[in-house]
Amino acid sequence: MEKELWKGNEAIAEAAIRAGCDCFFGYPITPQSEVPEYMSAHLPKAGGVFVQSESEVAAINMVYGAAGSGKRAMTSSSSPGVSLKQEGITYLAGAEVPAVIINCMRGGPGLGTIQPSQGDYFQATRGGGNGDYRTLVLAPSNVQETVDFVQEAFDIADQYRNPVMVVCDGLIGQMMEPIEWHPVPKRKLPPKDWATSGKYGRDHTNVINSLYMAPEDCDQHNVHLDEKYAEIAKNETRWEEVDCDGAEIIITAYGTPARIALTALETLRSAGLKVGLFRPITLWPFPEKALHDLAGNPHVKAFLDVEMSSSGQMLDDVRLSVEGQKPISYLGHAGGVMPTVEEMVQSAKKALKEVK
Amino acid sequence: MAIVYQKSAGLTDKEMHYCPGCNHGIIHKLVAESLVELGLLDGAIGVCPVGCSVFAYNYFNCDMQEAAHGRAPAVATGIKRTHPTQAVFTYQGDGDLASIGAAEIVHAAMRGEKFTTIFINNAIYGMTGGQMAPTTLIGQRATTCQSGRTVEQAGMPIRVAEMLSTLDGCVYAERVCVTDIANINKAKRAIKKAFEKQMNREGFTFVEILSTCPTNWGMTPLKAVDWLKENMIPYYPLGVIKDTGAEVK
Ligand SMILES: Cc1ncc(C[n+]2csc(CCOP(=O)(O)OP(=O)(O)O)c2C)c(N)n1
Ligand code: SF4
Ligand SMILES: [Mg+2]
Repeated sequence: MEKELWKGNEAIAEAAIRAGCDCFFGYPITPQSEVPEYMSAHLPKAGGVFVQSESEVAAINMVYGAAGSGKRAMTSSSSPGVSLKQEGITYLAGAEVPAVIINCMRGGPGLGTIQPSQGDYFQATRGGGNGDYRTLVLAPSNVQETVDFVQEAFDIADQYRNPVMVVCDGLIGQMMEPIEWHPVPKRKLPPKDWATSGKYGRDHTNVINSLYMAPEDCDQHNVHLDEKYAEIAKNETRWEEVDCDGAEIIITAYGTPARIALTALETLRSAGLKVGLFRPITLWPFPEKALHDLAGNPHVKAFLDVEMSSSGQMLDDVRLSVEGQKPISYLGHAGGVMPTVEEMVQSAKKALKEVK
Repeated sequence: MAIVYQKSAGLTDKEMHYCPGCNHGIIHKLVAESLVELGLLDGAIGVCPVGCSVFAYNYFNCDMQEAAHGRAPAVATGIKRTHPTQAVFTYQGDGDLASIGAAEIVHAAMRGEKFTTIFINNAIYGMTGGQMAPTTLIGQRATTCQSGRTVEQAGMPIRVAEMLSTLDGCVYAERVCVTDIANINKAKRAIKKAFEKQMNREGFTFVEILSTCPTNWGMTPLKAVDWLKENMIPYYPLGVIKDTGAEVK
């Protein structure tokens, strides 16, 4: 297949259009504004709907309306804007409305910086909105994966009637890379017979709602959601292992740091170290069991978690998975400062030295 | 025997939960009848708010979405833009629309979204137990202004229909009430007209309905009607506030 040079954010928008996105609602914020810009120019030509909303709050609620009435809907933003979307995301999850949400993460807290970051891991995986809910979170580490994941995200969302987030950092959004357009994955999907698309002779009205007044009903609804989340965890957990067989030190990283780690791996290998990379691809569901089992291998001596976050957020999940079997050290920066290959090499050597 | 009156096909058989003397029920009926009479019910999609009418999805005999507090106009935008030939409406209280959802309603009107908003102004937060709304009158008591609303503390109440009518995207704004038969008939005419103009794709259409909340006003239903007439109508005058007339398409 032919390679084409695409900027991350524009590729995200194009991927969504190719995946049959019917409508896009968004608000400008750096470093993701190319997504709404591209959508405004190209989605209407493809027969879709573009609206620049008055806020991220409005955008996610437009998504709720359109997706609730049966359409494939998407919104994108960057960290402060995704904070504003949390209300809408918990309503989507509660009412089981499928939707695709892009977070092109920048540094925080507050207004932070427009530079790339991974400071929204907690927000994405723990749920920034209220209540017991889960959002499936895909974390690509380059433009090709971003495109592939965005294309697949619509099907995943529809299959489980759940919001799906694709989180990349501002670097991926802004970077140009050669990519191939892969065929859009097509899952066997249930009909949207629940959608509020108009009654038209149906013998009942369809209602999109997350309100349960009786405590037992609300409890039961949560039980139902939990069963769905367990099903998602069973079917959709993804990760990648690079050179983990026989490795003594394992770097855990996702997104851009995972990509930088590949270079660090080479340097460390040529220095004679046995090093591997464990890269979660779904942040929720986190590849807990795979990491747990890896940590149980006698050859594994230590872990080094690397993130674009000040003191580590995924680190919590790494700890919960490793369950104290092996020591874990951390390397990270916030605010757009990238962990370098050299830092990774030094940190990995240090971590290994401490256990030997 | 001839049937002279029956429940509208636009309403379900579900028993309504509204307090005695509350106007929400009458207004539901008028919206439902209007949709039926205009032949719009089958394709209609409604959006209900957070407020006493949160359960409106149980009462309207059409597809419904329940929105987060104040966000109904954004939700309706998402629905109408993707279902442009179907009747779409929001049904919102004054806390929902004029306070937490002020941005959403203003921008939906500005964009000239082709849906209809039924705005229930009862000068109070009904559902949460009678707190001050942006529409609460000066001197009116509420649980968060127990000696009565003051200008110093909370400013003057907001006249939403007048405010929205300053926006070109809003093609129709009328304020009505449902205190008696004559006004109920007027209210229904306004609602029908709003839906007609929506289906004509003229722009955003808005009907503000002054409504009683005997429970939180602390009055009998009849007293509440008098209070509405004596206090609300002078500040919130009834009538057509804006009607641009049909544009040539
Ligand atoms: C984000 C959020 N804030 C507050 C509430 C609590 N709440 C529920 S209904 C309501 C007020 C509703 O008043 P109004 O819109 O006037 O409707 P009414 O009950 O008077 O018909 C409030 C504040 C909520 N549900 N969500
Ligand atoms: S509290 Fe007020 S608005 Fe709510 S149902 Fe009762 S009377 Fe109606
Ligand atoms: Mg009210």
